[in-house]
Order: sequence, then structure tokens, then C-alpha cells
Amino acid sequence: MSKAVSALQGAVFKGSVTIKDTGLQGMITLRGDLSSDILAKAVKAATGVAMPKVGGINSGAKGAAAWMSPDELLLLVDHAKADATVAKLDKALAGSHILAVNVSDARAMFSLEGAGIRDVLAKGSPANLSSDAFKIGEMRRTRLGQLPVAFWLSSEKDASVVCFRSVGEHVFNGLKNAAQKGTSPKYYS
Amino acid sequence: MLLLTCPYCGVEADETELTPGGEAHITRFGADSSDNDFETYLFMRKNPKGVHFERWRHAYGCGKWFHAARCTMTLEVFGTYKAQTFEPPKALINKIKKKRPNWEGFVK
Repeated sequence: MSKAVSALQGAVFKGSVTIKDTGLQGMITLRGDLSSDILAKAVKAATGVAMPKVGGINSGAKGAAAWMSPDELLLLVDHAKADATVAKLDKALAGSHILAVNVSDARAMFSLEGAGIRDVLAKGSPANLSSDAFKIGEMRRTRLGQLPVAFWLSSEKDASVVCFRSVGEHVFNGLKNAAQKGTSPKYYS
Repeated sequence: MLLLTCPYCGVEADETELTPGGEAHITRFGADSSDNDFETYLFMRKNPKGVHFERWRHAYGCGKWFHAARCTMTLEVFGTYKAQTFEPPKALINKIKKKRPNWEGFVK
């Protein structure tokens, strides 16, 4: 098998905030009945975290689980363990109407670090990014420019952005442009 | 700018994050229906000046279809509700009636 690489192979940009390609990240799409206890247990076993609430993301040392839609979760796990985790989910949820797919290599992920991350994201997205509306522990699916993305904050100085890999470079360039030094409106920071 | 709250994810979504789906609560007539019914289903729309029920899809978010009630004249949004229904919820209809006493009510 060929060697797996991330969309921008660890590219880093230092502007008003630091933008990094976070490297290989295991991602699993899990669709099913989110109110089911068996599914919650399987999510806990796979990621080590509890079922996220509507619009939320729960992160832990082992992984994270994010709410994508009323019947879909995004599970973040180790890239190397993604296939094995899918197999475990399939086994644990055998008999239920579910779908678990390893989508790790279909996605790109970036991290934004610095005080102005809310301002950088707000340049491309119509989402309300004020600290009252968008809190730590929530994941917002929205657009950045014209591209679908999802982002969440781990702290006020640390955000993650997920998008399709095919547009990874475009999103990275867009974020780079938004994070040019001296261009932050400092509306949120 | 139109802001609609998605009833599935609770996100207050901007118009540009949504896809419009036209008038809501249209009765579907299939291939075995009369020409008149089929024509009504395909082409006839209310296009009111005032209260209107619409379908929207949270395209850049959770991807679900939902319904919204708004005024086509003032762009006031009365409310949004889930699409798993044949008619608007009673509470929403009462709310609109209070705001628009002359409104004839929901007609399918």
C-alpha cells in the first residue's frame, strides 16, 4: 500500500494566527439512530467520549465525537486505528440500521492557533462567531467562502477546521489570506 | 438578510447557508392522476403577499429539509418547524394569527 499523507503534508503558515495542516487524522462517519444506547456505548468504546449533544463535540485523549446531523456523527480517532475502529463499530452494532465508513483520506484538517481565530474564521463564514453564540465544545457546520467546512474551538486560542480533501489547498489558501498580518479587524478578540 | 433557525440543529443559519425549496405542503400527484391535478401539482403556486410557508434545506449544515413560515412582504420570520408533517404546527398558526389578524389561515 502507498504511504498515506495529509492534504498539505504538514504545511504551516504564520500570520495573525498560525495555521497548520494537522497531518494524518482518522475520521469515521457514523450514521444511525443517535438516541440508541447501543450506539452511544459503541461511540464511547471507539473514541472514549460520551455521545455529543446536538451541535456539540466531545473530545478526549483517545479521540472525539462530533454531532453532524440528527442521524450522523463524525468520530475522530488515530489515523492508523481508523479501519480497526470501523470494524469494531460494525461488530458492536451488528443488527442495527447503521453505517460506519472510514473517511480519513477524504478530508483535510487544519488547526488555527492565536488570539484572533474568531476573526479569521468570520472573514469566510456567515456563522455568528461571537463568544455568546459559538462556544467551546460546539461544532459549527457552515461554509468558508463557498466551501463546506466544519469548525470548533478547543480553547479561545485554538480552533480546528475540517473540510473535504479535494478543496483542502483552497481552504488553506483562503485561511492564509484571511490571516495576513495586520489585517485582523479585532472584532472578536 | 434572511436568518432562519434550523429546527434540527438549532443553528441560526444565514440565507447563504440554505437552499430554498419553494412552497411547502404541496400535495403530490403522480403519474396516474388527472391532467388537472398533475398540472396543479407541477405548476400552480400560491405566491401570496403576506404569510407564506416554505421549504428550506440546511445545505451547508446538517443537510436536512425543514419548513419556515414568513411574510413575503416584510420578510418577518414567524417560525421554522421540522418537515415530518403535513401542515404547520397549531402553535405557529396561532402565533401568526395574533400578528396578522386578517390572515385567512393555512389553506392547503
